Amino acid sequence: MRYVIIGSGVAGIAAIEAIRSIHPVPARGTDGGEVQIVLIGDDPYGFYSRPGLAYYLTGELHDKALFPRTAEELRKLDFRVINGRVTRILRAEHALEVEGQPAVSYDRLLIAVGAQALPLEIPGADLEGVVKLDHMADAKRILKQARRGRTAVVVGGGITALELAEGLLSRRMKVHYLLRGDRYWSNVLDERESRIVERRLQEEGVTLHHHAEAIEVIGRNGKVSGVRLLNGETLACDLVAYAIGIRPRTDLAKQAGLAIDRGILVNEYLQTNDPDIFAAGDVAQAYDPLSGRSILDSLWTPARQQGYAAGLNMAGRKTAYIKAPPFNVTRLAGLTTTIIGTVGRGRDDDLVGIARGDSETWRQLPDSMVAQTGFEVNRLRLLVGEKTLLGAIVMGDQKLSLPLENIISGSVDITPIREKLLIPDARIGDIVAEFWASRKS
Amino acid sequence: MAFLGIFKRDVSRHTVLASGQVVPDPARCVQCGICTYNCPIGIDVRDHAWRGEPVKHSQCLTCGECVARCPRGVLRFGQTDLFAKKEP
Repeated sequence: MRYVIIGSGVAGIAAIEAIRSIHPVPARGTDGGEVQIVLIGDDPYGFYSRPGLAYYLTGELHDKALFPRTAEELRKLDFRVINGRVTRILRAEHALEVEGQPAVSYDRLLIAVGAQALPLEIPGADLEGVVKLDHMADAKRILKQARRGRTAVVVGGGITALELAEGLLSRRMKVHYLLRGDRYWSNVLDERESRIVERRLQEEGVTLHHHAEAIEVIGRNGKVSGVRLLNGETLACDLVAYAIGIRPRTDLAKQAGLAIDRGILVNEYLQTNDPDIFAAGDVAQAYDPLSGRSILDSLWTPARQQGYAAGLNMAGRKTAYIKAPPFNVTRLAGLTTTIIGTVGRGRDDDLVGIARGDSETWRQLPDSMVAQTGFEVNRLRLLVGEKTLLGAIVMGDQKLSLPLENIISGSVDITPIREKLLIPDARIGDIVAEFWASRKS
Repeated sequence: MAFLGIFKRDVSRHTVLASGQVVPDPARCVQCGICTYNCPIGIDVRDHAWRGEPVKHSQCLTCGECVARCPRGVLRFGQTDLFAKKEP
């Protein structure tokens, strides 16, 4: 049996761990020819922490620290690595065309190729000095060009754009951050939360431009020299960094005639409409039996969980992937922020579709009421449903994050505190803490 | 105040130094490696977070460097049962 995995990200590695949990590496000297695992990846850096690139940009860690597995640890999982780009899936032959290399046959295939940044489609976007943050190579390119004292313009919304702004700022660049709308990340954060983040950015030295849209990157001798805005203004700069959303890399699947929507459509077993082909991670649009919808996530933990479940299913152990309520922790302008369940709505002027570190389920706001509390940097917002909490955002102090995660994911009946939560100016943090303590005791 | 009870698990620094250990919440972790990078004695804290296991390492100083530096609040101090009083 030959398992082939395309993509060296966390979903692919988790799938290999799952397959090896069923088919352990044979002892040395015995015949191990029964099960072969092949990983084909086009990222020359292999498996590293994509979300960690943000902290590499800020200088909090060294690039070498971003690799969770040593070469020796990976060798213990006993799989063959092919560095290359798959150009075609030949479903009838159960084989893959790899650029410049012999074809690779498979019995079961996992597509875990992730997503990539949506391109900036304005004139001048191909100039040297226009950068994005998909891969390690992008991060290195940014650091090479991020010179102290020079000026950068950041375009886009969500977590990655902010990480770019903070990374460039910590490299002592002057940073202009352009927002097309009237506030930061408006489809997930509420107005007050957006303002908290914006104020902190400004305090750190970022110049914010609201209702600002870049319409052209201007250059000199092939290099960026400025950005022209819709309002006629021109900002002189040396670097343009953009993060306007991501797009699952569905080209291979599309060419192979697999069912796709915005991502590769898979059932709860991560299986495509071809029973021998699976998909997991940012590229997969997974069926969620609880909501009856097929959902895109671009988060590390779901990618790992999907990859692991896909690996088990490929190796014959039928395992449904049941999506946990979407949950992410991030750092927004230095403020640890946890987003649980459903918290936002609508579209975002700065993002086209989904962003990195984002889940679509954050924005399916059903009938709910909002309860909120907190000072500027310790803010808590709850989305209160009929009988349960539907979502929460915890900014700053994270003590309530774990109880809320349990209350939301466990659909705990909050009838005893619901009325109290909805009283204007209620101390909702205390109410939740007390409720949680009473349930624990 | 009764609700403060839920924070009892965040045991005081004093207790931690004597009998604590670092406990990860794998769901929050993105394997960035800041914890391992900053560990003064080179424990691979990240690997514990991947496996969802407490940092049971005889050399761990429980200095809190990894807990403080993790940008996503993955790590917290929990109490070990190592020095717990034995039931009679």
